Amino acid sequence: MSILINKNTKVITQGITGKTGQFHTEKCIEYANGKNCYVAGVNPKKAGESVMDVPIFATVKDASAATGATASVIYVPPAGAAAAIWEAVEADLDLVVCITEGIPVRDMLEVRNRMKAKEAAGGKKTILIGPNCSGIITPEELKIGIMPGHIHKKGRIGVVSRSGTLTYEAAAQLSEVNLGQSTVVNIGGDPINGLKHIDVLEMFNNDPETDAIIMIGEIGGPDEANAAEWYAKNGKKPIVGFIAGVTAPPGKRMGHAGALISGGADTADAKLAIMEASGFKVTRNPSEMGKLLKSLL
Amino acid sequence: MKIHEYQGKELLRKFGVPTPRGISALTVDEAVKAAEELGGNIWVVKAQIHAGGRGKGGGVKVAKSLDEVRAKATEILGMQLITHQTGPEGQKVRRLLIEDGADIKKEYYVAVLTDRATQKVAIMASSEGGMDIEEVAHATPEKILKEFVDPLAGLSDKQAETLARGIGVPDASIPQAVQAIKGLYTCYMETDASMAEINPLILEGNGNIKALDAKFNFDSNALFRHEEIVAYRDLDEEDPDEIAASKFDLAYIALDGNIGCLVNGAGLAMATMDTIQLFGGSPANFLDVGGGATPEKVTEAFKIMLKNPEVKGILVNIFGGIMKCDTIATGVITACKAVNLNVPLVVRMKGTNEDLGKKMLAESGLPIISADTMAEAATAIVAAVK
Repeated sequence: MSILINKNTKVITQGITGKTGQFHTEKCIEYANGKNCYVAGVNPKKAGESVMDVPIFATVKDASAATGATASVIYVPPAGAAAAIWEAVEADLDLVVCITEGIPVRDMLEVRNRMKAKEAAGGKKTILIGPNCSGIITPEELKIGIMPGHIHKKGRIGVVSRSGTLTYEAAAQLSEVNLGQSTVVNIGGDPINGLKHIDVLEMFNNDPETDAIIMIGEIGGPDEANAAEWYAKNGKKPIVGFIAGVTAPPGKRMGHAGALISGGADTADAKLAIMEASGFKVTRNPSEMGKLLKSLL
Repeated sequence: MKIHEYQGKELLRKFGVPTPRGISALTVDEAVKAAEELGGNIWVVKAQIHAGGRGKGGGVKVAKSLDEVRAKATEILGMQLITHQTGPEGQKVRRLLIEDGADIKKEYYVAVLTDRATQKVAIMASSEGGMDIEEVAHATPEKILKEFVDPLAGLSDKQAETLARGIGVPDASIPQAVQAIKGLYTCYMETDASMAEINPLILEGNGNIKALDAKFNFDSNALFRHEEIVAYRDLDEEDPDEIAASKFDLAYIALDGNIGCLVNGAGLAMATMDTIQLFGGSPANFLDVGGGATPEKVTEAFKIMLKNPEVKGILVNIFGGIMKCDTIATGVITACKAVNLNVPLVVRMKGTNEDLGKKMLAESGLPIISADTMAEAATAIVAAVK
């Protein structure tokens, strides 16, 4: 078993006719069971056509009804990406993976609050991964996103991270020490996003086929600290943690009011300290994540 | 993107938040003319730079005659204003704001920002205006009130009133304070700001509420739909190297060390800096080349890094996801030749077409040190710059 996706997940590509969407859909189709998983694309102007043998529908709803797809991946440009997320949510999909980078924060705020209002009113909950992420992969079954497939190996380690290339780093290190991955999730680098570290930790914690976890974070925001505090009470599996940005200058991207509301607990050192106190095996050397995890098994 | 106080006040007035009357000036003569035009017998001469803490640094002065306006304007215009946000070299004052003097009875604080944890808009207010709010948060956190706003519902009158009463605005001035807080919120939302702060928001002797300062930061992802905000951009206030980098879609931040780094992805870029420090070196910059590094982009990145005279070596760390290692190798080789690289260079590449990329570097005839891991790369570059 894996979390969120497996070889039977049926996927729609939103933005399949754009250069990026088409390029990466092709790579995903070539990976493992991708050929059977990528069943539809969406473009209102090209309904009825197809690309790479994938039929195009006018809307996500049409695509899902015709193919039984329950997940989508979004490569729509930033100005229309939040609307694309909402279209997938309105179509009652289980999972939406938004790769798009550069979406206005206000658009994400609005769509996240719409999603929460829909759930609160008893509507179907759609899980969002991203935006501004490389996606999710269950090795040797299905990849949804832009990560290089070949660095992954099937196995029993879960990986969750905010940074795309650091996620690759962790997966490749694990594969090199012969530890495969159950699922690798990149939740994205934007301030307002869908799944958070805590959500993914809970899924890995409950997944009988995940034996151990690597959690990677960055400076800024309270998410890693929240996840660590939750894991201290609930965690059942060995976990390795790394936070990027010990050397990052303070205040460079955040206005001081932003630093204020998170209470000053969002430096790399503060997060590493909370994670260590919560039972994580933390490292300050990102080249050692894989070996360190192996030493815990 | 940040803007000046005089621009921020222009925005506030558009959204119904009262401010003192003011005119901006680029010369001493313009400053005196502005004071004449405003009339009255007391003015404030304020340095316009993007950094905060201007008052403490000597960039804000009261003048009680036109001669004094001239004297203060002469003093401030052109000075290197040093505040806790400018760094030790300070920032040159190129523009002034001349304002009516205000009859300050009480100073408050109000700010709007996006709260990541709740995914709501947070409005913060405090009775302790005019001070460094970080100090207030540290010493007396109970004096900072917060209301969280669902952006779909908007800020209600009741929430604004709760804040206004909570920070001690007197009854008679509550309607004006509510209007100011709501105006600030609407301004924040409609301009796609990432931070909007009035410090201080003042109560005048006659009971009027006014914004005495205005500080904004805008979401760079949303600037495409705000020509009016982009028009406020002042390149003189920004780091020239960061501007040059942004033209090529490179994210660059200068640091104090001597090892330049070029990395793809913000998280990996930070991790690379951290690794350099862990192995006894010191990074000279943060540089994220993003997902599509062409030879032109890598060459520009090298040029920007090498403009820093402190740089004694360069570490390139690329994990090819979207980007292929042979593309990176071509970029690195082209860049080395274009800039006549004369400092040690360590390259660590991983991912798609790794072997081909390494082979190209080895056969290039350039003195490039190859490394397999980040730790090896950091060790090699730290040794090379010693």
